[in-house]
Amino acid sequence: MYVAVKGGETAIANAHQLLADRRRGNRELPAIAIEQIVEQLALSVDRVMAEASLYDRSLAALAVKQSRGDLIEAIFLLRAYRTTLPRFGTSEPIDTARMQIERRVSATYKDLPGGQLLGPTFDYTHRLLDPDLLHDTPVEAPAGRTDADEPVMRVSEILAGEGLIEADGELPADHVAGDLTREPMEFPMTRDLRLQALARGDEGFLLALGYSTQRGYGRTHPFVGEIRIGLVDIELDVPELGFAVSLGEILVTECQMVNQFKGSAKASPQFTRGYGLVFGQSERKAMSMSLVDRALRTQEFGEDVVAPAQDEEFVISHCDNVQATGFVEHLKLPHYVDFQAELDLVRRMRAKHAQPHDHQEAAE
Amino acid sequence: MIEIAGTHPSDPLDAKRALALLARADHQTLKQVWDGLPAKPQFRKIRGPEVGLVMVKGRIGGGGDPFNLGEASVCRASIETDAGVIGHSYRLGTDKAAAELGAVLHALWQSDDHRQHIESTLLSPVEKRAEADARTRSQQTAATKVDFFTMVRGED
Repeated sequence: MYVAVKGGETAIANAHQLLADRRRGNRELPAIAIEQIVEQLALSVDRVMAEASLYDRSLAALAVKQSRGDLIEAIFLLRAYRTTLPRFGTSEPIDTARMQIERRVSATYKDLPGGQLLGPTFDYTHRLLDPDLLHDTPVEAPAGRTDADEPVMRVSEILAGEGLIEADGELPADHVAGDLTREPMEFPMTRDLRLQALARGDEGFLLALGYSTQRGYGRTHPFVGEIRIGLVDIELDVPELGFAVSLGEILVTECQMVNQFKGSAKASPQFTRGYGLVFGQSERKAMSMSLVDRALRTQEFGEDVVAPAQDEEFVISHCDNVQATGFVEHLKLPHYVDFQAELDLVRRMRAKHAQPHDHQEAAE
Repeated sequence: MIEIAGTHPSDPLDAKRALALLARADHQTLKQVWDGLPAKPQFRKIRGPEVGLVMVKGRIGGGGDPFNLGEASVCRASIETDAGVIGHSYRLGTDKAAAELGAVLHALWQSDDHRQHIESTLLSPVEKRAEADARTRSQQTAATKVDFFTMVRGED
């Protein structure tokens, strides 16, 4: 039986007013503008877009502001907003080979077509706090270079030329890409659905799982074949026009992980692969995703599932931080009646325990 | 890039280019072109402007079978001018006013009277700016390219 208990309206209204006050903070400081968050906290915005699974810089920045910088709360806000919108259609698959590249590195080849392009990276910084950033110190315009206009070839194509690596990833011919936002989750899952779940999965969770595979819990012997970050065109097929229309560009990060061999009596050994693709600039997430993607292909390669990162149901069911936070945080909501029942139960158990003789007899 | 004199609304390549550039023109640019029109056409809304989502697909391994990566916000509008020309606009983001302006300017681009004007005041400048931005970004990235050199040690 449910007993409705009313009350708390004033407390809730006042709590929300207090939240608004604390969010604004010291009124003598200027309020932070959405454009400032987009420009200067770009990687927070990227993370919110990736895990909310909705690409929109301004809305993600608004969510970061509204959540006081709590990124999981911001992701939750953006996911909730997304449910209010109709879907106009599905884009043509983005072509990362034709990316306008902002960064591209390979750990497997030093000299490769296109070269190692470091881009705006934290790598090789000394990780010393920079006192210049305490003030609005002018920043120099970046250097430019006009002599390097080489096409940037995929590392997987270099290896594929010799047949040393498996193909990009094919599903059965009649397979239509599944959509987690439209169909209930079922296990076992196909790789397309896993990749969708991982692309919106929690960065921290995937990072920890990826790390666990490196430490021996489901080893896959990975090398970063290539990481590339840059802009790709989004095209939507518009029926009223009869052709695909370009809507604009979005920033994505792609990671091609090259892993150790698989062969059989029929097929020669070749490198296997893990794939990561994430909205925005986030190579930590793209790398973690590609490690976990490869680990989840364990059964496809006839390997034993011995570690958490290889357990599809475990990984996919727990990688969504909005679901996770919903279930963990609901514990703080009123459970007064449930707890009364438990209290009653433990009192009766204790009463029984206090009479050991009777208890023993009853047992016999 | 494309001969201005040669642009034609019935050529799908030209139409694709026009719509892509309208999608990339920012709100302010669209507004300026609209405000600068010698005679503003009357139009009625057919659909929208409305905000919705497009599911963005990726490919497994970069070139394999498609999977659903995540959605992007998109704004679209369709209008019809008094002359009976229908204009469409689709752009990333949630700016409804920009989508409506885009649809009106798309309709004007399709009419022989206005095409040159839209081309020279809007499409061509937006295209040049997009190309210049892409070039700057690519040159800035190129400046971070590693030039390896080999240190020769010892004697052979």
